[in-house]
Amino acid sequence: MPTMSKRGWITLVVLILLAVLPPLFYLGGQAFYLDLATRLVILAIAAVSLNLILGYGGLVSFGHAAFVGLGAYAVGIPAHHWLYGGWDAIATLSGWLHIPLAVGVTALFALLTGLVCLRTKGVYFIMITMAFAQMVYYLIVSIEEYGGDDGLVIDSRTELAFFDLDKPLQMYALCFLSLLVALGLVRMIVNSRFGMVLQGAKGNPERMATLGFNTYAYRLTAYVISGAMCGYAGALLGNFTTFISPEMMDWHRSGELMFMVILGGAATTIGPVLGATVFIVLEEVLSSLPHPFGIYWQLPFGLLLILVVMFIRGGLAGLFSGRKER
Amino acid sequence: MTAVLKVEGLNKSFGGIKATDNLNLTVEAGELHAVIGPNGAGKTTMISQLCGTQIPDSGRVLFKGRDITRLAPHRRAHLGITRSYQITSLIMEMSVLDNVALALQAREGHSFRFLRPARSIAHLRDRGRELLARVGLADKADQATVALSHGEHRRMEIAIALASEAELMLLDEPMAGLGTQESLEMVALLKGIKGKHSILLIEHDMDAVFALADRISVLVYGHIIATGSPDEIRGNEAVQHAYLGEE
Repeated sequence: MPTMSKRGWITLVVLILLAVLPPLFYLGGQAFYLDLATRLVILAIAAVSLNLILGYGGLVSFGHAAFVGLGAYAVGIPAHHWLYGGWDAIATLSGWLHIPLAVGVTALFALLTGLVCLRTKGVYFIMITMAFAQMVYYLIVSIEEYGGDDGLVIDSRTELAFFDLDKPLQMYALCFLSLLVALGLVRMIVNSRFGMVLQGAKGNPERMATLGFNTYAYRLTAYVISGAMCGYAGALLGNFTTFISPEMMDWHRSGELMFMVILGGAATTIGPVLGATVFIVLEEVLSSLPHPFGIYWQLPFGLLLILVVMFIRGGLAGLFSGRKER
Repeated sequence: MTAVLKVEGLNKSFGGIKATDNLNLTVEAGELHAVIGPNGAGKTTMISQLCGTQIPDSGRVLFKGRDITRLAPHRRAHLGITRSYQITSLIMEMSVLDNVALALQAREGHSFRFLRPARSIAHLRDRGRELLARVGLADKADQATVALSHGEHRRMEIAIALASEAELMLLDEPMAGLGTQESLEMVALLKGIKGKHSILLIEHDMDAVFALADRISVLVYGHIIATGSPDEIRGNEAVQHAYLGEE
């Protein structure tokens, strides 16, 4: 495209704002806003990963929080053993272990569960992805050594080559750059021949099969890529919060990721980022309303989601698409 | 000459209904073999079993002598079988050219290719435009599929079938829902394809069938009651009784 579309401009503006504003707030003494933005960007990466299969693949995964949680525990467990001993092979703070472990474990989990989940369709797919996520949830709850449902404190963050994660600005820089890479990767995949098959299988799976595509294999591959990317987001989240618990992978966390994708605009590049932004901002604003409104902040949030789904085709990003046809 | 497609003793029931009843059929290389029959005769069920989206209860489907009765649809496509759909079955979210380019892409082995943007791959786009020109949709290539008319969708189905360069094309009612003029254009289009591919044509439009077919089979209650040249079928009493006479 020689000229940039309206949505392209929105993407650019949102990303520039995310790059510039939070560090400015931090340097101006408002560290809280950088914290908020860090969480936003990490959740945006998770939402971008979900968008690959939900938006472009039409696969409504209701278990994506499991990948976030597994990624976070792939940081927490080695850090735990580094401090308290045991499991020498993984007892380290090195990012050379943490990151590949987070990505590897979640890719493997996606592969094994995807082999089963992708045999099903529609509502069954939603339910079975949720069931697998709940299995991981209860597995972690049952492991006393890692705190069970009390969670696990990460005493020392991952040690990386170029980023000191104990410094909030560097933490944010890493997360933001990761978001850019995630956006770029998903965009590349979606526009590739692989991506065309994935989107074709969303639109008309039977047609794709009679054309000669083994849609199962393509979907499984997309599912693994999405899971691994989400696991990476989990590793960032663990490092950011330094406290992880099974609650991170509870099914309503998966629901929140779906909210972000659908609210922001499924199958658009910037949609999940817009969705994550609105989610974080609304959560912050609504939950700080005076009592008793604050504790029921999910109610207006839910209403808003319903309104967006009913009246804005294609989510918030759809507002900026400028296309008039259906 | 060996038959491209040979169907032997095919049976398929849904509950108590025999949709396909001991069906035998051959399509010779290069011929256009039409299957006609009243509504509910089991024509679409038959095609589904030939392209693999349904598996017969018994009987065999042979493609160039190879048993493909239980082969998955995408594997049949690789062997050289393609189908078009009675109810338009396109990917509505994509552009017209994207739909055809996907069919071309399917012929090039696997698509686990992540780097190059699919829409910048010149040979897929160029060949796609050629095929669209052949079915008279050259100027619609970049439009959203959903924005095209029914008649144009039917033409897209043909372009996609051509894109697969399949040896055997299973065409399920390509004239369905077309007006008189559009039907005539479609007949002309199919005449141009005929002979280059073996075609099994399922069709309701009798004028089209008699204008196009080398051989005609008549399907009634899932069973072929007669096969022959258009003239033989026209003169067949059983056929007239079962089908043609009622029109």
